[in-house]
Amino acid sequence: MALSLPLRRKPVAHTPPDFDGKRRRIVTTPEGLTLPFLLASRGARAGALMIDLTMIVGAMIGMTVILFHLADAAGINLDGGKDPAARAVQALGVLWIIALFLFRNAWFLFFELGPRGATPGKRMVGIRVAARGSAKGGARLTTEAVIARNLVRDIELFMPITFIISTWANDGDTDLASWAGAVWFLIFVLFPFFNRDRLRCGDLIAGTWVVEAPKRKLEQALSVSDAARGQSQTTGAQYRFSAEDLAVYGEFELQTLERVLRENREEAMRDVAQTICRKIGWSAGAGDERAFLEAYYAQLRARLETGMRFGKRKADKHTGASEN
Amino acid sequence: MTTATAAPTIAQKIGGWFSKAPAQAVAAEHAALRSDRFRLERESEWKRLEAIVTQMEAGRLRRISDADLLALPALYRTAASSLSIARETSLDAALIAYLEALTQRAWFLVYGPRASLWSWFKRFLGGEWSASVRAMGTDILIALALMVAGTVAGWLLVESNPDWYYSLVSAGFADERVPGASREVLRGTLFGGQDQDGMSLFAASLFSNNAQVSILCFALGFAFGLPTMLLLIHNTALLGAMLWLYHGQGLLPDFVGWLSIHGTTELFAILLAGAAGLHIGRAMAFPGNASVLDAAAAAGRRTAQVMTGVVLMLIIAAVLEGFARQLVDNTPARFTVGGFMLVFWIGYFFAFRRGVRV
Repeated sequence: MALSLPLRRKPVAHTPPDFDGKRRRIVTTPEGLTLPFLLASRGARAGALMIDLTMIVGAMIGMTVILFHLADAAGINLDGGKDPAARAVQALGVLWIIALFLFRNAWFLFFELGPRGATPGKRMVGIRVAARGSAKGGARLTTEAVIARNLVRDIELFMPITFIISTWANDGDTDLASWAGAVWFLIFVLFPFFNRDRLRCGDLIAGTWVVEAPKRKLEQALSVSDAARGQSQTTGAQYRFSAEDLAVYGEFELQTLERVLRENREEAMRDVAQTICRKIGWSAGAGDERAFLEAYYAQLRARLETGMRFGKRKADKHTGASEN
Repeated sequence: MTTATAAPTIAQKIGGWFSKAPAQAVAAEHAALRSDRFRLERESEWKRLEAIVTQMEAGRLRRISDADLLALPALYRTAASSLSIARETSLDAALIAYLEALTQRAWFLVYGPRASLWSWFKRFLGGEWSASVRAMGTDILIALALMVAGTVAGWLLVESNPDWYYSLVSAGFADERVPGASREVLRGTLFGGQDQDGMSLFAASLFSNNAQVSILCFALGFAFGLPTMLLLIHNTALLGAMLWLYHGQGLLPDFVGWLSIHGTTELFAILLAGAAGLHIGRAMAFPGNASVLDAAAAAGRRTAQVMTGVVLMLIIAAVLEGFARQLVDNTPARFTVGGFMLVFWIGYFFAFRRGVRV
């Protein structure tokens, strides 16, 4: 039970665990501000691609069906004849070939050049294309880069797929040919696994990468309620913590506490309140946990932020115990 | 009774899911913490920025007022400086995460693709395309040498042993144009196509096919350019074999005329696509002072422009092939059209210089 408490951690780990550390890239903007970017996971990218391909195939089929109906209305007559109906069918044929070409080549181009930098599939999984940046500086995503990364998609994806499908359809030298196609395909599909930034070949040539596009709401400020001033509204109790009471925790615990308060779940708050009380030797009554925690949070944060302004930071409960 | 009292609360609840939470305008003085006061004083500007960014991301530029659009860079800088201050003074993790996400989104817009597709296209035609073609001069020479070598090799191979013809020219091309075909048959393939129907369909499928091949030529440059070279040589060897075939019946000038009408454009496009592939291959094999990744990226961006142009050229070539070739039915006129196109492209790429840097 005690081990599952959010504030309990193994004393050996002195820095907060960073699960996304491998995916995090720091880019410096022209203003000199460092912005962290999270590289998109490979699964998310594969999912986005699947969604896009489904949409493209759907659009192609839809287009074909519509044109077929139009041609049917005009009277299908592909061989010979110079009557208007035959010409109309011909025009539809031209339209069809061009539409297929555009769906195959321009779908990704069109959407990735938009303000979101993402195809519908990428948007759904919450990722986008960005120019590869480094700590030295972030670059601008250019039109040329988007064109380059999508031209390469042709040999990565469409070529081997059509190759494999056509060998199956022709039923010719199936084994050898489809193995060759599969090997080709695998080389490109596995490419993102063999470099640090998870680039596919197109990314490599275009100087782009795919990052997560987070959207967050601005959460409520936590120190505006009465409870944050130490005054509980339910019981009217006044919570004031001494310097020793606040010295036991650091920034990591503060952020855990923040999460618990924002999630606002009764049990979690009760557990955390009990842990804190044990730690600082208080015995607060049950039923007023939120007010207690808000008061503790506000006062702990005030203390840590004051320290921060003077250049004295306390990462977690293990750091600088002797100084306090 | 109970239902009567319960109903409004349920309705309110459901309504609450769809309407936004009431914006809590909290005066900054109410905050106990100094960092929260800092935040409450500025959050209206962040929210304004967020609203603008959301509209822009959705592509609804018209809905944004001019004042907002003008304020965007300033609001972005405010958010950026707020973020760096918050990192130094505030321990509110949710706030910092919000500001990071907001700054990132605004950054993508402020430093996003600089131009609309249309204005990019105008700059592209107005000098950037020809400038990037000139920037890969060496690769064009190499690709040209390979194409000439391929043609000569094709000719020599077939000359030494006509059986080579069948392995070079795939069955689709070699309908009646095979070694041993009579002069009349070969002549028939060159002239008298006016009555053919379905030219537009033919042109469209030609374009689609050629464009796909040239994209392949470019994309294979990724493997250090080697497959690109092979593809260039193989395709021009086919050309050499055909040349030999028509030469045998004394139809060489007529064949070249027939070919030149669209071929000057099409072969030029293939030359550029091959050169683009080689350019990438060379940049990766010999990156110079830059890292391989940076060199590949720089080459990739330059050649992407060339490739857009290649697709355009292939559209023109397909139109010429589908219509002009069948309509212009004598060799001198065909040479005129083909020669004009060649002069036009060379002039456009190498003589047309504006002060554009690549």
